[in-house]
Amino acid sequence: MLEQASKATTATSLKKGLQRRRRLGEKFIESWIFLAGVLTIVVLLGIIALLLKEGLPIFLDTPPWEFFFGTKWYPVSEPPTFGIMPFFVATLWVTLVATAISVPIGVACAAYLAEVAPAKVRETVKPIIEILAGVPSVVMGFIGLMLLSPLVQSAFNLNTGLSGLTAGIMLSLMSLPIIISVSEDALRAVPDDFRQAAYALGATRWETIRHVSIPGALSGVTAAIMLGVGRAIGETMTVLMVAGGALAVPVSPTEPMMPMTAAIASGIGNAVRGGLQYQSLFAIGLILFVVTLAVNLVADRVLERQKRKFSR
Amino acid sequence: MITRNNKYRKGWPGLILTVILTLIAGCSSQSTTTPTSGEPSGSFSIIGSNTVTPLTSVWAEEFMKAHPKVNIAVSGPGSGAGIASLINGTTDICQASRTIKQREIDQAKANGVEPYEIQVATDALSVVVNPSNSISELTITQLSAIYTNQITNWKEVGGKDAPIVAIARDTNSGTHVFFKEHVVQMPGLSSEDKSLEYGTKVLLLPSTEEGVSEVTRNPNAIFYPGLGYLTSEVKPLAIKKTADSPGVLPSIETALDGTYPVARPLLYYTNGIPTGILKDFIDYCLSSEGQVKVTEVGYVPLK
Amino acid sequence: MKAGAISKRQLSQRTAFSLLIIATIIVIVPVLVIVLQIIINGASAISWEFLSQAPSQAGKAGGILPAIVGTFYLMLGTIVFALPLGVMAGIYLTEYAKENWFTRSINLAIINLAGVPSIVYGLFGLGVFVLFFHFGMSLLSASLTLACQALAMTVTTSREAILAVPREYREGSLAVGATRWQTIRYLVLPQALPGIITGAVLAMSRAAGETAPILVVGAAFFLPGLPQSPFDQFMALPYHLYTVAAHVPGMPKSTVWGVALVLLVVALSFNVLATIIRLRARQAEA
Repeated sequence: MLEQASKATTATSLKKGLQRRRRLGEKFIESWIFLAGVLTIVVLLGIIALLLKEGLPIFLDTPPWEFFFGTKWYPVSEPPTFGIMPFFVATLWVTLVATAISVPIGVACAAYLAEVAPAKVRETVKPIIEILAGVPSVVMGFIGLMLLSPLVQSAFNLNTGLSGLTAGIMLSLMSLPIIISVSEDALRAVPDDFRQAAYALGATRWETIRHVSIPGALSGVTAAIMLGVGRAIGETMTVLMVAGGALAVPVSPTEPMMPMTAAIASGIGNAVRGGLQYQSLFAIGLILFVVTLAVNLVADRVLERQKRKFSR
Repeated sequence: MITRNNKYRKGWPGLILTVILTLIAGCSSQSTTTPTSGEPSGSFSIIGSNTVTPLTSVWAEEFMKAHPKVNIAVSGPGSGAGIASLINGTTDICQASRTIKQREIDQAKANGVEPYEIQVATDALSVVVNPSNSISELTITQLSAIYTNQITNWKEVGGKDAPIVAIARDTNSGTHVFFKEHVVQMPGLSSEDKSLEYGTKVLLLPSTEEGVSEVTRNPNAIFYPGLGYLTSEVKPLAIKKTADSPGVLPSIETALDGTYPVARPLLYYTNGIPTGILKDFIDYCLSSEGQVKVTEVGYVPLK
Repeated sequence: MKAGAISKRQLSQRTAFSLLIIATIIVIVPVLVIVLQIIINGASAISWEFLSQAPSQAGKAGGILPAIVGTFYLMLGTIVFALPLGVMAGIYLTEYAKENWFTRSINLAIINLAGVPSIVYGLFGLGVFVLFFHFGMSLLSASLTLACQALAMTVTTSREAILAVPREYREGSLAVGATRWQTIRYLVLPQALPGIITGAVLAMSRAAGETAPILVVGAAFFLPGLPQSPFDQFMALPYHLYTVAAHVPGMPKSTVWGVALVLLVVALSFNVLATIIRLRARQAEA
């Protein structure tokens, strides 16, 4: 007994020694992790700071009300006028089309892959969807131009296929892989016990998916949707090439239009650094960021309420 | 549940090793250029307008072939970006399709940079429509009305009853402003109006290639690409200064002798008068062999 | 249930499942169309010369080697900076940061970063890496810029993957005396790894194809030599594609598709890599 006790004390002190070393090594790694977190926040703040620094000064020239609700955008004229309503409405249209297509289809596809599809099908389809994510935005723009635009033009009898609709469809293709992949991972993370419990109560597979899996994965699916919509809102090259670039406030998605990202890209190559046009372009970026943040905030708030109903 | 560690180690050593190896590889393959006497050497960059980049890269390529010790990097994306690079010292030559603005000159001087302008070529803009379009000539006034959305149907200028799809370049391109100031605002004519802007239904596209593409596919489109972008699938229009002037088709000859009204200069800017390797390069561009290349690329030489 | 009759619930399940399958097909078809288009139109331009030589005549002749090499170097840099940082930040935000409104705001803001236009990242990179840190127009500046863009997605997907690991696993591990880091390293991370990799692949694939962020921080229109150090300018496939598609008069169409094809193959090499890693991870778990 005594022997055991002394062995135990040696073992304890040995263990304590090892623990201390491991704890130091851990502290080292943990400090790196902390640093990473901080660095990410710094980058985040840096971008916001940049948008503010370069964009806010425009409001000294054009009051915010006029900037946001004005409809005339003539940045290189004398005197220049800055009104972004056409761009804002264009972004709304394009995002609406993209979201209306990609969210239902994306979540449905994710549900299929996570809950219904046999493993072999899943193994084949998942890489195909990831291929879609790998198609570069320039290529998407090119395809939209060459293939989709003439189709849209003849299908809807338009003057030109370069329109918000074409852009929205291409954008939905670009958001789909994110929405599907992240939603699918979220669905698969729902513990199987939940499903088993539902089956035990006599639910069909579909009923289980609808009432157990999807609510259970809701926060992941919401994150997926926010990432996907964010991708659509922030996409520059594709909308630049296929949305049409007209400065009128678009009344219908089939009109040629210029979303906010395209407006920024259309001017940044030529804008005099620090000049009014330069500031106005950053102001558009700032407004874009704020609007996206507002939407995500609302989504997050709604999610919180849902979570309280369904404590995970 | 401790699984095999080596798979899941975050791989710090591996990553650091890769970075070090890459740097070593980079450094070791760096050639030490010992310039032989008189042999031009060095590297410099040219940044700016996308209109000029095709021309500059052909010149750079030829110059580098003749002088293998020289390394030139040619980049876009726009005149404004190029001038900004000249001002903050990240480029040696700026290529531009518009002239430097006073504000930029002030910024440059404040940074100790003296912009020096050299014209290297000219760009003639042709107005094109789809080959199925019956129209073959337009006056400047008509063009202006089309691009301000005053005229919206082809029948108003003698064509068929169909809506006009007017295509222009976006504000990134010097062409946007040039066409506005020299056509839309009708300078030198009785109807001159400096307050005119592009109409809100005009499509502002990000590249000339795309505009030409749309004209090729769309029977109702009209656009103004540079000479070099003309293909057999689009139809250039003859431009009449006034209703009584003769219509002039765009070509190198009509651009050179001034009868074609819509042509703009392509420029290089340097910090002060160019010396050394920059001077050699620009001399080459302005020489007769260099200017031959201008025609090949699709622009108009200086003479 | 009467034998032979289908209940309403079964019927609604069959309808629902058919809709789900249709949704999946709607996603797959465009992918195949796009990939086939690129392959069919681009294959004619591919030759050994195309892949191994520098461009000539503003890209109308010659090859695209500098762009291929430039893109690989660029991707290497982006992965080195964004992947460890993104995963670690994801770990920090899920495992270490306190659950308060501040952390929630940070998480939200990071998701928001994914929606910032790529051109804005380019300008950020210009101001911070090119000018402020004096890295100049270079591979380094461009990699860091792309890394910032990839960071948003990498952090968010890592977070989601880590969050998906059930709480009970962690609690069980801590109960037997493992430290927090040990729990993370040996338990949480392996479980979350497939999700993390998926997110990383999506982020890197996107970065490989991005044009706007690299436009103003170092990508060149024409630079026949290969970059010798991280401080050199470089050519890159997405920018080269945009160049040949949009900014060179008289460019043969097959060249444009050819560059698109090569870019697609490069971007997809990440997908292939990720699939291999995911398969290995699944084997190890089994």
